[in-house]
Amino acid sequence: MSDVVEKTLTALPGLFDSQTGAAKITNRLRQLVKSITELTSKHEEENLIKQELCAMKEQVSSPNTSMKQMREIMVRAMYCEMLGYDASFTYIHAIKLAQQGGVLEKRVGYLAVSLFLNEGHELLLLLVNTVLKDLQSTNLIEACMALTVVAQVFPKDMIPAVLPLVEDKLSHPKEIIRRKAVLALYKFYLIAPNQVQHIHGKFRKALSDRDPGVMASSLHIYLQLIRESPDSYKDLTGSFVTILKQVLGGKLPVDFNYHSVPAPWLQIQLLRILSLLGKEDQSTSELMYEVLDESLRRAEMNHNITYAILYECVKAVYTIHPKVELLEKAARCIGNFVLSPKINLKYLGLKALTYVVQHDAKLALQHQMTIIECLDHSDFTIKRETLELLFRITNAQNVTVIVEKMLDFLRGCNDEHTIIHLVGKVSELAEKFAPDNSWFIQTMNCVFSIGGDLLQQDVPNNFLRLLAEGSESKEEDDQLRLYAVESYLTVLKGHTSHLPQCFLQVMSWVLGEYAHLQGSVDRREVIRLLTQLLDQRSVSSETRVWILSALTKIPEGQTDLILDLAERLASSQDTVLRQQAQELQHLSQDSQLHEWVLPRGAPWDAIEVDSSLSFLDGFVSEALAAGAAPYKPPHQRQEELCEDRALNLEPYSFSLPVSLSSCSITDRQSPTLLSVSSGLSGNSTELSQKAGSSTLILEGVKRVWGKDGYLPQKEATAPLVDEPSAAVQPPVQQEAAERTEPRPELSTRNQDKQQLASSLFVGLGVGSSVSLLGKSEAPPPRFRKKPRPHESSSSSGTSEKSSDSSCRSSHNTTDSFLYGSFLEEEPATSKSAFDHTPKSTTANGLSQNKDTKEDKHTNTSQIFGGDMVIVRPSTIQDKHPPSESSDLTALLPADLKDLPHSDVISLTSDPSLSLSSCRLFRDEALLLLIFISNCTETVIKDIAVQLTCEELKTASLRGNIVDCLEARSTSVCHYALLMDDPHTNVSFTGTVSYQTQPGHTNTLPFSGTLSTADFIRPLVLTTEEYGKLWLSLSHDVKQNLKLLTDAGDPLRTTLNALKDALQLHVVDIIGSEGIVACRLLSSAPCLLHCRVSGAALVMWLRSPHPALPDCILYHCQRALAHR
Amino acid sequence: MQFMLLFSRQGKLRLQKWYVPLCDKEKKKITRELVQTVLARKPKMCSFLEWRDLKIVYKRYASLYFCCAIEDQDNELITLEIIHRYVELLDKYFGSVCELDIIFNFEKAYFILDEFLLGGEAQETSKKNVLKAIEQADLLQEEAETPRSVLEEIGLT
Repeated sequence: MSDVVEKTLTALPGLFDSQTGAAKITNRLRQLVKSITELTSKHEEENLIKQELCAMKEQVSSPNTSMKQMREIMVRAMYCEMLGYDASFTYIHAIKLAQQGGVLEKRVGYLAVSLFLNEGHELLLLLVNTVLKDLQSTNLIEACMALTVVAQVFPKDMIPAVLPLVEDKLSHPKEIIRRKAVLALYKFYLIAPNQVQHIHGKFRKALSDRDPGVMASSLHIYLQLIRESPDSYKDLTGSFVTILKQVLGGKLPVDFNYHSVPAPWLQIQLLRILSLLGKEDQSTSELMYEVLDESLRRAEMNHNITYAILYECVKAVYTIHPKVELLEKAARCIGNFVLSPKINLKYLGLKALTYVVQHDAKLALQHQMTIIECLDHSDFTIKRETLELLFRITNAQNVTVIVEKMLDFLRGCNDEHTIIHLVGKVSELAEKFAPDNSWFIQTMNCVFSIGGDLLQQDVPNNFLRLLAEGSESKEEDDQLRLYAVESYLTVLKGHTSHLPQCFLQVMSWVLGEYAHLQGSVDRREVIRLLTQLLDQRSVSSETRVWILSALTKIPEGQTDLILDLAERLASSQDTVLRQQAQELQHLSQDSQLHEWVLPRGAPWDAIEVDSSLSFLDGFVSEALAAGAAPYKPPHQRQEELCEDRALNLEPYSFSLPVSLSSCSITDRQSPTLLSVSSGLSGNSTELSQKAGSSTLILEGVKRVWGKDGYLPQKEATAPLVDEPSAAVQPPVQQEAAERTEPRPELSTRNQDKQQLASSLFVGLGVGSSVSLLGKSEAPPPRFRKKPRPHESSSSSGTSEKSSDSSCRSSHNTTDSFLYGSFLEEEPATSKSAFDHTPKSTTANGLSQNKDTKEDKHTNTSQIFGGDMVIVRPSTIQDKHPPSESSDLTALLPADLKDLPHSDVISLTSDPSLSLSSCRLFRDEALLLLIFISNCTETVIKDIAVQLTCEELKTASLRGNIVDCLEARSTSVCHYALLMDDPHTNVSFTGTVSYQTQPGHTNTLPFSGTLSTADFIRPLVLTTEEYGKLWLSLSHDVKQNLKLLTDAGDPLRTTLNALKDALQLHVVDIIGSEGIVACRLLSSAPCLLHCRVSGAALVMWLRSPHPALPDCILYHCQRALAHR
Repeated sequence: MQFMLLFSRQGKLRLQKWYVPLCDKEKKKITRELVQTVLARKPKMCSFLEWRDLKIVYKRYASLYFCCAIEDQDNELITLEIIHRYVELLDKYFGSVCELDIIFNFEKAYFILDEFLLGGEAQETSKKNVLKAIEQADLLQEEAETPRSVLEEIGLT
C-alpha cells in the first residue's frame, strides 16, 4: 500500500480534529480507509469490503437508521463503488436521501445519485418529483443542487417534465442559478435538440447577460449550434468579436484572470466560434481579422495558458478566409511551438502543422529537421503525431520512405487502435501513390501481416477488388497479379503458422484465381503449399474454406493430388469442409463441368450467379405439392419465435447461425462479384463476430514475420522517382539484387538525417505545393490506371477535364460495397444531384401513382408511345452562351422542363465542342441529356453522338444527329435509359463526331457514370398492400446499418436521410420500425423493413429481383456514410 | 470532456467523474487500461496520449495523477490548465491539499468539481466564485448540523 498514505496516517487524528464537523461524518469512512490501508493482499480487502457492505445492507434496511447515518453510509457506499465493488443496494437509498433529507443529506444524496446512476438507469424515474420540488424551492442551495443533477444525469424522456422550470430559471435574479440553468439547457440540447428549439431566443438573452459567467456558459450552446449550422448565426459575429475585444482589453473582473491572462477559457471558446463562422466566408472573416491579430499579439507571455490561446488562434487563422499577414504571423507562432524544448508544446506544434499543411505544404519544409527528430522521439505520442503529419504530405515521390517509416512504427506498436488506424492509412497511401507493382504488393503484404485480423474488412476487400477488376490494360493487370502470385508463393514456402487468417485468405484467393498466370511454377507445388496450410492447426475453419475454394479452381490435370485431399477431408468433422471436398472431387474428375462452373479467365463481371437458386424451383414446388411447409429464412423464423414471447429485448440478428463458410461455398467467386459480396455483407454481423473471436485467439501472437523474412528490406536512401509500370522482375532475382546492393555507409548521424529529410520532403518544393493541397483535390492517378484514350488530346482544357473523369473512374473501381474513405472524394455533383430530386419526384410519384397501380404496363407503354410520337427531326437550338453550364438547364425541352433533374456536369470538351450532361428522372426511365455546345465562331456540321453502355438499354433517343450547329449555340440530345438488371454503378462511354470543315471529321470521346440511385423511384402503396407484397417476394437480404443518432428521432432521421438520397417512399413508421418501398424504374419493387436495434438500424430488404436488394443496400450504406 | 479520473501512483482510484453514459463494466475496463498506460509513461514524456479515439490529458501532482479524456478537436493545453485550476481550487479549499484530503473528503472534492465543471464543460472559471458557492453550501451544512449533533451527542453518543 502507499507509503505516503501510511506515513500520513499517523498524523491523522490531528488532521481531523481541526475539522470537527466533517470528521464526524467521515469517522466511519476513516476507519474503513484505515483498515484497508493496513491490509496486505487484495483478497483480504475483498473480504473486508464484503463485511462492510453486509453491515451497510443491514443498516439501510433498518427503520431506525437516521438520515444522518444514512448520509454516512452513502459516503462509504460511494467509496466502495470507487474501489470497484458493487453497492447497488444503496442506489434506491441515495434517491431517498435526496428526497427526504435536509439540505445537507440532500447534497450527499444527489452526489451519490449522479455517481451511481447514469442516464439510462430506470431508478432515475423516481427522482423526477424530488427534482421538481427542489427546482421550485426558494432555498438557493436546493435549487442549485437540483440544477446540477439535472445537468448531469437526466434522461431524455424526463426532460419535458422539468424543462419549463429550468427555462424559468434563465431569468432568476441570482447569476449562479442562471448559469446552471444555461448549462442544463446545453445538456438538454445535446441529448434532445428538438425539445429546446423554442428557447433559442432566450439563449441570445443569456449571451448578453450582465454576468460574465452566464455569458461564458451560453457560449457552449452557441459553439454547438454554430458547428451544426454556421449560416444561421452569422449575424452574431459582431457580438462575438466585441466580446473577445473586451476580454482582451481586460474589461472583465480580475478574478476571471488566470495567471494574469484574462479569462482564457472564454477566449478559446470565442476563437473556436469565430473560426467556425469565418470558414469559407470572406465577408465574415474580414470582421475578425483585427481581433485575431490582437489576440496573436497579446499572447506573448511564456506560459502554457498563452500557448493554449495561441494554438486556438493559429487554427482559427488557418480555418477562416486567408489573410496573408495573419497567416505569416500564425506560421511564426507554429515555429515557436515546434521548436520549443517543452514536449507538450512540441506535440501541439506538430498537431498544428498537421492541420496547416493541408493549406500550405511549404510549412512542413521549414521544420523538416525537427520533424525528423520527432520521428525518432522516444515518446510514442510524438512519434504517432509525426506520422500523421507525414501522411498528410505524402506524394508519389516520397511515398516509399513515408510508408516505410509507418511500417517501422507499426512493427514496434502493440496498441490495437493505433494499428488499425495506421494500417488503414498505409493501405490508402499504397493504393494512391504506389510507384510500381512490386512495391505495392510488398507493402500490402506488410499491411496484411501487421494489421492481421484487426484489419477492417474493407482493406482486404478493396485489395482483392483492385486485383480482380484491374485497369483497362490487361497486360498491366496480369503483371500485377503475377507479381502477387509469385510473392505469395515465396511467403507460403516460409514459416506460415503465425500468419494472420486474413492474409492467408487473401493469398489463397489470389493463388486460386491467378496461379495459372505463372507458367514456370509447378501447379503441384501450388497445390502442395495450399494443402499444407489446411493441415495447420492455427488455420481457422473460415480460412480453410477459402483455401479449398482456391484449390477447386486450380486442379487441371492434378487429379491425383486433389483426390487424395478430397478423400482425406471426406472424413472431416466440419460438415462444410466435407461438402467442399465432395464438390472438389466431382469437379476434378469432370473437366467439362469444371470449365462450366468455373470458367477460366472470364471477366469478373461476366459471371452470373444465380443466388436465387432458381434451378431448385422444380424441386421446391414438388415438395410443396407433397405437403411440405413453405421455407422461411432463419431470421424470419427467429422473429416469429420472438413475437411469440412477450418480451423481445434482444436483437434477433445476432443469434443467426448462418455461417460465412456456407456462403462462400455457393458463391465461390465471392470477393470479385459485387452482388455476391454484398450477399456476404448481408451476414456482416456474423462476419464481425467471427473476426472478433479470431482476434481474441490471435492476441499475443508475435508478429515477427515480415521484418526480415521473405520481404527484402527496402532501405530508402534516395528519393524514388515516380516511374509508372516498372518492369517486374522475377522475385528471386529481385530479392537477390536487393540483398547484394550495398547499403550506403553514412559517416555521421546528421548526414543520415539530411538524407532522410531530402527523401521525406521531396516534392514539397514551392512549385509543387499546389498539388500537395492533397486531400481537398483529386489524388493523382494511381499507377495502375491506364490513361483514357482521349487523355492524350493536346488541348489544355481537355486534359484538365479528362484527368477529372479518369479520376472519377478510379473511384468506381476502388469503391467497394464497404464504403471506404474514397467516397469522400466522390465528385460532389452526384450528391447535389440527389438533393434536387426527391420532392418533385415524390409528388410525381403520388400523382401518377393511381393509374400506375391500375395498370402499370399500359401506362408505361403509353408514355413510351408518346415519346415515339414526339420524335422530331429537328433539334432544339438556342442562342445561349455555352460557358455557363448552369444555364444549360434552360435549354431543356419544354416537355421535360418540369421533371426533376440533376445538376449539369461537364463531360469533356475540345476547342470546338464542349459536352455537358444532365440527368432527368422520369418515372419509367432515366433521361440522360447531352448538351453539345459549339464554342467556335463558325458553324459545325454533321454532328453525331454515339453512346454505348452495356448494362443499360436505350429505350429512345432523339437529337443524336445534328446537321448543322450554329456558332455559339447549343443543341440537346437525349437518351431514355432503362436498367433491367441493377448494377451499383454503370459507366457509359461515347463519341461525338463532327465536321468543322467539309470532309474533315473529328471525334471527341466522352464518358461518365450513373448509379442505381438514378434509377430508383418511390413506390407508393399502403401498409396493407405492403404487407401483401412483402409475403410474395422471395429474395431477401438483411443487414445492420448505421443509425443516425444526432437528432431526436433516430429512425425518422435515418429514413428521411435515405429518402432524400434514394427517392424511397416511406410507407409507415410504427414505433421503432419503419417500412419503406421503392422500385427500379417502373419494374421490380423493393421493400425495405427497418427496425431500430440498439445503435444500429436492422434493414431487411425484399425484392423479386435477386440483385436489387444488394444494390439498394449499398446505396443506403453510402447515403448514411455521407452524413 | 468525457471523463476525469484521479488516481494514485499505486494505481488506486481516488475520484472518477463520467460525463458520458457508460456501463459500469466499461468504466472499470477504461479505468484499468488508462491507469496502466499512464503509470507506464516516463516523467519526461508529454502529457498527452492518443487512446482509442480519444485524447487523454494527464498531469501528476505529488502522488496523484489527474487524468482527463477529451475529444480530438478539443484543446489539450487548456485541458491541462483545467486540471491545474481544479488543483488550485482544492488547494485553496483544503489549504495545501494532499492525497489524504481527497481520500477522506472525497465528497468535498466532488462538490468542488461539480461547481467548476458541469456536464463536462467549464462552468465557472473564476476561483472566487467557485469557492463562494461551496462555502455557502458548507455554511448551511454547519448550521444544519450544529443543533442536530448536539442533540445526538446527548441522546446517542
